[in-house]
Amino acid sequence: MSTASQTTPRIAPGRAGVKKELPDRFKDYRHVWVFLELERGNVHPVSFELLGEGRKLADKLEVQLAGVVLGPPGEMVEDAAAEAFAYGADLVYIVDAPPLADYRNEPFAKALTDLVNTHKPEILLLGATTLGRDLAGSVATTLQTGLTADCTELDVDSDGSLAATRPTFGGSLLCTIYTLNYRPQMATVRPRVMPMPQRVDKPVGRVMRHKLSLVEDDIVTKVLGFLPDNQSAMANLAYADVVVAGGLGLGAAENLQLVKNLARAIGAEHGCSRPLVQKGWMPANRQIGQTGKTIRPKLYIAAGISGAIQHRVGVEGADLIVAINTDPNAPIFEFAHLGIVTDAIRFLPALTEAFTRRLSPHSRDKLAS
Amino acid sequence: MHIVICIKQVPDSAQIRVHPVTNTIMRQGVPTIINPYDLFALEEALKLRDVHGGEVTVLTMGPPMAEDSLRKALGYGADRAVLLTDRYFAGSDTLATSFALSQAIAKIGETFGRPDIVFTGKQTIDGDTAQVGPGIAKRLDLSQLTYVAKIASIDLDTREIEVARRAEGGTQLLKSRLPCLITMLEDTNEIRRGSLQQALCAARSQVVKWTAADAGIDDLTRCGLRGSPTVVKRVFAPTARAESAAQIDTAERGLQDIADELIADILTRRPALEHELAFNSGT
Repeated sequence: MSTASQTTPRIAPGRAGVKKELPDRFKDYRHVWVFLELERGNVHPVSFELLGEGRKLADKLEVQLAGVVLGPPGEMVEDAAAEAFAYGADLVYIVDAPPLADYRNEPFAKALTDLVNTHKPEILLLGATTLGRDLAGSVATTLQTGLTADCTELDVDSDGSLAATRPTFGGSLLCTIYTLNYRPQMATVRPRVMPMPQRVDKPVGRVMRHKLSLVEDDIVTKVLGFLPDNQSAMANLAYADVVVAGGLGLGAAENLQLVKNLARAIGAEHGCSRPLVQKGWMPANRQIGQTGKTIRPKLYIAAGISGAIQHRVGVEGADLIVAINTDPNAPIFEFAHLGIVTDAIRFLPALTEAFTRRLSPHSRDKLAS
Repeated sequence: MHIVICIKQVPDSAQIRVHPVTNTIMRQGVPTIINPYDLFALEEALKLRDVHGGEVTVLTMGPPMAEDSLRKALGYGADRAVLLTDRYFAGSDTLATSFALSQAIAKIGETFGRPDIVFTGKQTIDGDTAQVGPGIAKRLDLSQLTYVAKIASIDLDTREIEVARRAEGGTQLLKSRLPCLITMLEDTNEIRRGSLQQALCAARSQVVKWTAADAGIDDLTRCGLRGSPTVVKRVFAPTARAESAAQIDTAERGLQDIADELIADILTRRPALEHELAFNSGT
């Protein structure tokens, strides 16, 4: 139910023609904020990726970049603040209170909303994780402001507005969305969409501390427990260095074994395009693309994937993209670096064998040493 | 118990085509479906009703033709369907959508009994924002339970609910209270086949149609385009990379030969990968 899916400038010229007339109450909203997501004691990497983007926006606007850290009192929060400075923040807001130990919507939404109302940022960025989406949706509703989900590009316009670009229409086109007359301008970005910025050791800068205006008794939802994912069974696609994926061109569910075989031979993670998940050939956590995982591997091999935009935006950050497809006109050849027009079902076993032949001597050396 | 489930009629994305010259969406003839993520929530709602008794009301906002998806939901076994349709809703972004839906849910509560649970799908396949569910929860002051993988228990006397929800890096077990809003994770269950009787019932039953005024919405400035803080300025196709893929010649060659050339090409372009692949390789 997004803006994007319902209107385009052609369909609703009235909307694209909306003028910027920022009401007086928003005129003192300044600076760029990034919400730092704490995940089991560590900062989620997407928060650093956002600090990198936030830094660029803040520099263009000639304003400050602030990190926001919410968590339980103690080392974890202080460490996260130090990391925010190392990744480019000028200042950090901390709300530390025992109810913020585990993520729950009520205390987190309350803390973030209060901070925004007190310090008035013009831009607020969050990771499009389960946590970030849960939080951003309710904070934007309370603040009655615009929120653009899953952006693939952020920029500042000539008049200082945030231009947030995201795929639309199921990923077949891109659109640029503005929150012209409300503040803050909120956006979420999925993990790995933006590059990881360089970490620079810096002294801890200005830290502003705030209290949480809620106590545990006020909070309806209680955390009973947390079951960490079985790491070996879960796909860690987003952060894998090498990924092999299959698409509809594989023709049948059992041919996905060819993708898995190649992935195993070269130590890669395996994945698939969206239609395969919809057919039930692979679980949703293996889906690569706009609605699945965004990846930035050093090598990506796409077998039998045509390369719809919704897939493209999920893999464009890869250093080297190899595409195998029978159709020489498949869109994937427009953004792959190396292409082979051939049947993936026949070619994958040959490639697996060739890799095994080439790589096994090294592995033997490794085992011997 | 009374359960409200919000669904959306969406174009079948597998069949969306973009006009090659004008870059506009070619909507003609694209079939519509119930947003697939909503079906997991609908089945969960129907299962809860089967266990605890009560009614399932299905709600959608959209053009008059969205009635089709409500009829489908009735065919699966929903008890009542409400279509929120009005030209004032046109162009709604997620904030305006959650406003209109929450007003309608409040009205459903007044008219048919206050809901214990409001369900939505995890997100839609056309917008993909996952924002409307949290928006409804905030506006109606419902406990917000997103990405729920399993409802472990519901106690209608104590009004307590326990769920497992997908979180970053694991599953969070939460205890909360009714009324709540649940966005249901995918692959949690499979939509039932409605019975013949339900199909007949669906064809005969009335879909309740509400305009903005019927739903008790007085402030039309919060609806549709006017109520949407986001503005879509530009829709465009991504630019192609300057050069397309370097093709490896496959004519009259053995597959092994082609594979060897591909690997050589990969390692020429990214020499560091040799170490990476060898290191990763389990053989």
